[in-house]
Amino acid sequence: MAKTIPPTIESTVTASPWPRPGLRPLALAGMLGCMALAFLLSLSFGSVQIPLEQVLTILLGGQPDRATWTTIVYDFRLPKALTAALAGAALGVSGLQMQTLFRNPLADPFVLGVSSGASLGVALVVLSVGVANTTLLTVAGLPGNMSLAAAASVGAGAVLILALALAQRVQSSVTLLLLGLMIGYLASAVVSLLLYFSIAERIQAYVAWSFGSFGGVTWTQMRVLVPTIGFGLLLALALTKALNALLLGEAYARSMGVDIRQARIGIIASSAMLAGSVTAFCGPIAFLGIAIPHLCRALLRSADHRVLVPACALVGATAALIADLVAQAPGTNVVLPLNAVTALIGAPTVVWVILRRGVGRGTFGV
Amino acid sequence: MNATVLATENLSIGYAPRRGPRRVIAAGLNLTLHAGEVACLLGPNGVGKSTLLRTLVGMQPPLAGRVFLDGADLATLSVREIARRLSVVLTERIEAGHLTAYALVALGRHPHTDWTGRLTPRDEEMVRWALDAVDAVCLSARLVHELSDGERQRVMVARALAQEPLVMALDEPTAFLDLPRRVEMMRLLRRLARETDRAMLLSTHDLDLALRAADTLWLLAPGGVMHVGAPEDLVLGGAFEATFAGDGITFDRYQGHFHIHPPARRRVALIGDGLVGAWTARALERAGCVVVAANEPALLRVVIGGDDRRPCWEVRANGATLQRVGSLREVVALVQGDHL
Repeated sequence: MAKTIPPTIESTVTASPWPRPGLRPLALAGMLGCMALAFLLSLSFGSVQIPLEQVLTILLGGQPDRATWTTIVYDFRLPKALTAALAGAALGVSGLQMQTLFRNPLADPFVLGVSSGASLGVALVVLSVGVANTTLLTVAGLPGNMSLAAAASVGAGAVLILALALAQRVQSSVTLLLLGLMIGYLASAVVSLLLYFSIAERIQAYVAWSFGSFGGVTWTQMRVLVPTIGFGLLLALALTKALNALLLGEAYARSMGVDIRQARIGIIASSAMLAGSVTAFCGPIAFLGIAIPHLCRALLRSADHRVLVPACALVGATAALIADLVAQAPGTNVVLPLNAVTALIGAPTVVWVILRRGVGRGTFGV
Repeated sequence: MNATVLATENLSIGYAPRRGPRRVIAAGLNLTLHAGEVACLLGPNGVGKSTLLRTLVGMQPPLAGRVFLDGADLATLSVREIARRLSVVLTERIEAGHLTAYALVALGRHPHTDWTGRLTPRDEEMVRWALDAVDAVCLSARLVHELSDGERQRVMVARALAQEPLVMALDEPTAFLDLPRRVEMMRLLRRLARETDRAMLLSTHDLDLALRAADTLWLLAPGGVMHVGAPEDLVLGGAFEATFAGDGITFDRYQGHFHIHPPARRRVALIGDGLVGAWTARALERAGCVVVAANEPALLRVVIGGDDRRPCWEVRANGATLQRVGSLREVVALVQGDHL
């Protein structure tokens, strides 16, 4: 009879409590610890190695064994490590947002053409010298490095505004994705033309920028980078509820009370701000944006954006710090192209994690 | 009669493209749905069932007229206010990885939680109640993409329940399910409607099941004509038959189901009855024959021999035995053959 439930079933039901879609504070704390360690290591290693306890002494305001170390840490390594951490966090979170919004595991922070816009801005500034014999930046009266960032910001910002304007009008996210791709192709085409008519040294300068680097950011520029990325990350945190609903697709999200248009604009604004500012100051950093979200989902086995957003920020920062550390080739004076390093170390790592955890199937039905 | 939870007033549905003329699918609809009622929206493919459903749940604006949800005009409610009164189960596949059934159902609490999406103890209680109500407690720790179609559909119903709506709109909730699962799903929806006093509106192609399970049928016929009534009334009035009439399909008013067969050609007399007789008649009908009683004139006669466990058939033409066979497949081949 159905009255007597076998005791085994009863006990398994009571023994396995309801799964708790919790916030995973332990995992996040572990990730924070890893990031802190990577941060300290990147302050310690470089062309000159500074012992870790000396780094701590400097950071706490003490006197290190050698006075030059203070200068090295404060003027070179600290801004660079901060930039790497911020950029990694920004790209990780931005990639996560794009993958969820477009429900596409191959989406990355640059699908809307933000990096192409920045590239176009930089190309215009760097390559236009061939025509006028004075670069646009000297016309603008800005020092070289700052104006590169300014040009990239203008390019990324223009694409951001275009994307937002389109997001207001366009009904479907897939259309938006296609339009973003088209914007990207357009910008690349103009860059190609500029490259074709430019001189060799200028082309080299452009290519160097496109390798990506965390090293070029000064403390002055940090005053722009920190608040922009900070605001973008806060906006991303505020949008986690909408992102969670969007996991089920736009129709379901709407039926659960999400204002799709508003959410989409918020997500695009946050994502483009994050990706745009990173590209402006560090060049087009590929790979991190697409890989970090997959890595985090696999590590946490969760789809909850309340956990994934902080996790992507922390893991992204850690990955960027490690990539930068390797690109420095500690103990030598060689600096490898950052983009090559991220993919060289990152791609096998992600492949290994995804295959080992057997998660490829689960994400977005792939 | 229970309280009206969803009603329409002179509703016109269809599409109004920016360029080109408006395409009206149905006009002047005055529909009502009451608490605790199960209404099935039926109609041939392409007649506009989905458009009607989308208009009723606010996913598409009406061309004219109004939709009232819980007494309030749908157009004046915010998406969040609608979400607290109405939830949906769509045919769209969920494609999220690492999402447990529990987390999926918890997403249903979305319109009730604060901006962070934090679940209060009451929210968690609702999620558990919803999982229990669809008998899916054992699935709660499983990943959604690993569930079978039937299990996933139950979990999707639980998600819609957890939203605590007055009305649940389900778009073809029995699609992709096998027959036992379809019956189970309809029974579940009926039970939930009764026990929780919610209104269920579902579109379906399962005519048979809808006839048995629905309190009300909304029958959308080609040309945008809507017949509303108890299933039995619609059958007796002939509306059911007229809506689905077509070549090679006839509706049996006594049995309440459809017969599918090509236009009948040959008269075949069937000698024999019981279980084997019933299935033989079915096979012959499928083969395009008109089955007549043993005493009626016919060119072909099929005589059942053997017993229920090992039946055999004798096919006779013009009084002479043509062949003795051991399966209905061979019988069908014989009566369809041109060698007669």
